[in-house]
Amino acid sequence: MTTNVGRDFDESWLANVHINLPAIKRRAESLSGRRTVKKQWQAAWLLRITTCIDLTTLSGDDTPSNIQRLCCKAKHPIRYDLLADMKVAHLDVSCGAVCVYPNRVADCVKYLKSIGASNIPVASVATGFPAGQTPLQTRLDEIRFAVSQGAQEIDVVINRHYALTGNWKGLYDEVREMKIACGDAHLKTILATGELGSLVNVYKASMVCMMAGADFIKTSTGKETVNAILPVALVMVRAIREYFRRTGYKVGFKPAGGIRSAKDSLNWMILMKEELGDDWTKPDLFRIGASGLLLDIERQIFHFVTGRYAAVHELPMA
Amino acid sequence: MSKEKAKTEKKDEDVAWLDDHGRQFGHFIDNKWTIPENRKTYNTICPSTGEILASTVQGEKEDVDLAVSAARRAFESWSKASGHYRARILYSIARHVQKHMRLLSVIESLDNGKPIRESRDSDIPTVIRHLYHHAGWAQLMDMEMANWKPIGVVGAIVPWNFPLMLLTWKICPALAMGNTVVLKPATYTRLSALLFGEICAEAGLPPGVFNVVTGAGSVGSMLATHPDVDKVGFTGSTEVGQLLRRATAGTGKKLSLELGGKSPVIVFESADLDSAVEGVVDAIWFNQGQVCSAGSRLLLQESIYDDFVQRVKSRMSHLRLGHCLDKTIDMGAVVDESQLKSIEELVQSARLEGAQVYQMNAGIPKKGLYYPPTLITGVQTVSRVVVEEIFGPVVVVLPFRTAKEAIELGNNTKFGLAGSVWTENVSLGLEVALSLKAGSIWINCHNLFDAAAGFGGYRQSGYGRDGGKEGLYEYVRPRWEGRPAVHSSPVDFKKFGDTIPSRPTFENVDIAQLLIDGIMLPTIDRTYKMYYGGSQQRPDAPYSRPIVSPSGKVIGHVGEGNRKDIRNAVEAAHKAAPGWGKRASHNRAQIVLYLAENLELRRQEFIGRLILMTGCTEEVAKQEVDLSIQRLFHWGAYADKYGGTVQETTLYGATVKVHDPVGVIAIVCPDDHPLLAFVSLLAPAIVRANCIVIIPSQKHPLLALDLYQVFDTSDLPGGVINIVTGDQDHLTKYLTEHQDVQSVWYFGSAQGSAFVEYTSAENVKRTWVNYGQSRDWTKPDQGQGEEFLYHSIQVKNIWIPMGDIYAN
Repeated sequence: MTTNVGRDFDESWLANVHINLPAIKRRAESLSGRRTVKKQWQAAWLLRITTCIDLTTLSGDDTPSNIQRLCCKAKHPIRYDLLADMKVAHLDVSCGAVCVYPNRVADCVKYLKSIGASNIPVASVATGFPAGQTPLQTRLDEIRFAVSQGAQEIDVVINRHYALTGNWKGLYDEVREMKIACGDAHLKTILATGELGSLVNVYKASMVCMMAGADFIKTSTGKETVNAILPVALVMVRAIREYFRRTGYKVGFKPAGGIRSAKDSLNWMILMKEELGDDWTKPDLFRIGASGLLLDIERQIFHFVTGRYAAVHELPMA
Repeated sequence: MSKEKAKTEKKDEDVAWLDDHGRQFGHFIDNKWTIPENRKTYNTICPSTGEILASTVQGEKEDVDLAVSAARRAFESWSKASGHYRARILYSIARHVQKHMRLLSVIESLDNGKPIRESRDSDIPTVIRHLYHHAGWAQLMDMEMANWKPIGVVGAIVPWNFPLMLLTWKICPALAMGNTVVLKPATYTRLSALLFGEICAEAGLPPGVFNVVTGAGSVGSMLATHPDVDKVGFTGSTEVGQLLRRATAGTGKKLSLELGGKSPVIVFESADLDSAVEGVVDAIWFNQGQVCSAGSRLLLQESIYDDFVQRVKSRMSHLRLGHCLDKTIDMGAVVDESQLKSIEELVQSARLEGAQVYQMNAGIPKKGLYYPPTLITGVQTVSRVVVEEIFGPVVVVLPFRTAKEAIELGNNTKFGLAGSVWTENVSLGLEVALSLKAGSIWINCHNLFDAAAGFGGYRQSGYGRDGGKEGLYEYVRPRWEGRPAVHSSPVDFKKFGDTIPSRPTFENVDIAQLLIDGIMLPTIDRTYKMYYGGSQQRPDAPYSRPIVSPSGKVIGHVGEGNRKDIRNAVEAAHKAAPGWGKRASHNRAQIVLYLAENLELRRQEFIGRLILMTGCTEEVAKQEVDLSIQRLFHWGAYADKYGGTVQETTLYGATVKVHDPVGVIAIVCPDDHPLLAFVSLLAPAIVRANCIVIIPSQKHPLLALDLYQVFDTSDLPGGVINIVTGDQDHLTKYLTEHQDVQSVWYFGSAQGSAFVEYTSAENVKRTWVNYGQSRDWTKPDQGQGEEFLYHSIQVKNIWIPMGDIYAN
């Protein structure tokens, strides 16, 4: 993966940002009506989406037991006999990453190694996730801790206080420091768009994070009342497009929170393909943060292979 | 003290029976040895040594015919004999088995490789218990099974892991209920069945009542598909069970299947850990792990994980493996070379996944088919060794955090045969036991069996029970019911249920008029929708199907359901199921009675609809509505009177039989009695805590849709009853193919019945079909008999040993 080195803060990139919500909504609604994939193409897309999933558990009761289960599921996300029936067992389909709290990173690294899956990166949330209401020094220390434990990707939350009060330079400086704290690890910035008040703020926050060196911009923590929704995503991916036009850097996109059905995930892929192009439909530039989604994808694949709807208990739980 | 002293040498008298027969055996038919000409033979071997024990016959079709006709002849008199007569015979067989206990144990161990300690102390005593227990059922049949009668000739097919024990699990209830039996023992283990045939004859069992035909797997299929066999009782692998289901589909034969498993052993930190370690030994190293209910998934609470794994490992260091007749061994050889290979292949797959495989290799005999006791850690839900049945001495270990997670993991399997829970906390143990979806749950023990407690599975572990009163129903049919005619025209299972959507019908439309303020107005259009998840739903693809009155007028339109409507309805049903199951039965009764109350409020309206839809007389319509209300009362009454009983097993403690709901049941209603049949089918299902997806009569669906307004006013929770309308064959196809539908009740055509049974094999769902034959829904025995309850529940037996007092 290449990294976005970022650039100096340039306030002019934030000027003249105009976003028409009804038009954005209309585009978001019509995407799934204009494009669809069925049959073997749908199955192929679902497998691709599987490789883009950051398989996530962010709970107070996470312990080595369920972390181990999660890692194994990330390595074998789709039942082996289904993959064999589709003649794709050799593709070694696995999830894009596992995503956990900093305290669980070491467990993940250990288990992934033990099952020969060190190629699956460990992503850690950090910086006082999900609210970010802790001192900057603490937030930076948290990043450094996660990296030292072996995390290769860091999902940080941005300072909503700065975004809501228009302190874009302040936001830039913080994210910049986070980027430095990450070292070689990839930086994903969570905008928590449900708490940004307006789509203009979403656009500006996206642009500021990219200028500061974000490798991915991510919609939400999953803990806000409104999480990943297509209209917000449209604004973010258009900011990505604009940043690419201006700098030549491709920044990735990660919707997270509330994407639970295979059908939803297909709409997200369609969005990426239509707005950004094929490069953004692969795990180096597209991730979906989810836990329950994988089960539904596995069910759809089961249906594709067998023609029958699966019983949940027949699929290995994550 | 040297253990060598306690060893048993094989004595000459132990094999005298083999020598008496010149080590050559034929079939045992009509109480006679039959060695047909020109048959291939099969040498049965002792897995401990590889030594050939005897030569047996590979049967062919004529041999099966001969045995079945003997059984058919014997059925005439055996089924008419008094229960007391049959009880005397079964008692006599029990006595004779006791007299030959030693011989039976030795033959069983030699042929199978299992330790003599197990055949002597477990298998044969269980056999004897079954014979005694069922002598009792024969005696009591007239009283306890008054509304039932024998079926006819039973084809019993049993596996090699408990050759004699499992055959008696089939023949005891079969014979007690007045049926006769043809048995096909497993290929590897034929001797004890043949010996048992001789013992039965010696005990006075009339000729032809019990017959043994030996042979390859194909003989099993010949037996199962023989037109004169009325019932197939099978224990064995899930794959073969599925084959049998397909082979007998649509023939009207009854079928019970006791199949594979991947049973959890759940150990909590509140358990007596050292005792739980011994429990693991019983769970997975009993009979070399070749037990369908083997505790092959060890689920450990995270807090004791390392400690417990260490204790099991150290216990493994003094397990002894050896010759089956050595009294002091813990484990013998596995049954066959091929079995040994498949175990090793699966264990190897775990190694390749990076799992830690711990094996006890010391002291394993050089010769013979031995596999070491094996413990696998570092695997998870996705691993093959966790998903698949290994059928060998291999246990996999997974950690869990909380009781809730233990239950989820325990149930995260396609099987549902058994499980055990280890804790000293009674509240915890019972809650987990009740939450596990499996037929036998042992608390602080594993692999206990007794004749008074039925054994059998949920899900792909099969259906039907062996043992207990619950097991008797597999060998009887309702008194009023004849053997369904054999379905002859073949069904194209691939094409069944293909359908084309309907088109508008602009002619013959019957729009009622209403006089309002002197002006004639058309009545407001009534749009019928489907009903699932507690609300009215448009069809996924909005096609409509016209509903026609007897005079040919279109009286309404209903949605044309498709597979996605079925998918949604099944999902809604599953969502409702846990909550509905947890309601007090009193509450379920209240709701069903409230339904009756609200139906009666609209009595006139429903009578009118019946007349309009079916063209029946007012008197007939009244009877149907009133009977429907009565039915709701009938089943409402059963809501809190069929929860289960305490089983009188040999356990010191309580063995509790729980009548669990089946799950999500799909019900396809007949065209006759569109209201009464609909109500008669839905009520028993829901009072017993199932959630249903119900397809009303294809011809007369409007009444069922009128009923959803009654549901909505009767406090019925959303998702308990879900109604999908449309082409019945089409909807039946998708309901039957749905892997998360646990049972299908089908009252339609003979072809549809064959389709349902055939297709149900895929996930071994239960079925209840009518083979295209109608019943009189107005009669109590046909419209509200005990069979409705039988189909509404599945039996779980929970074993709860007791005891704390050991001295004054």
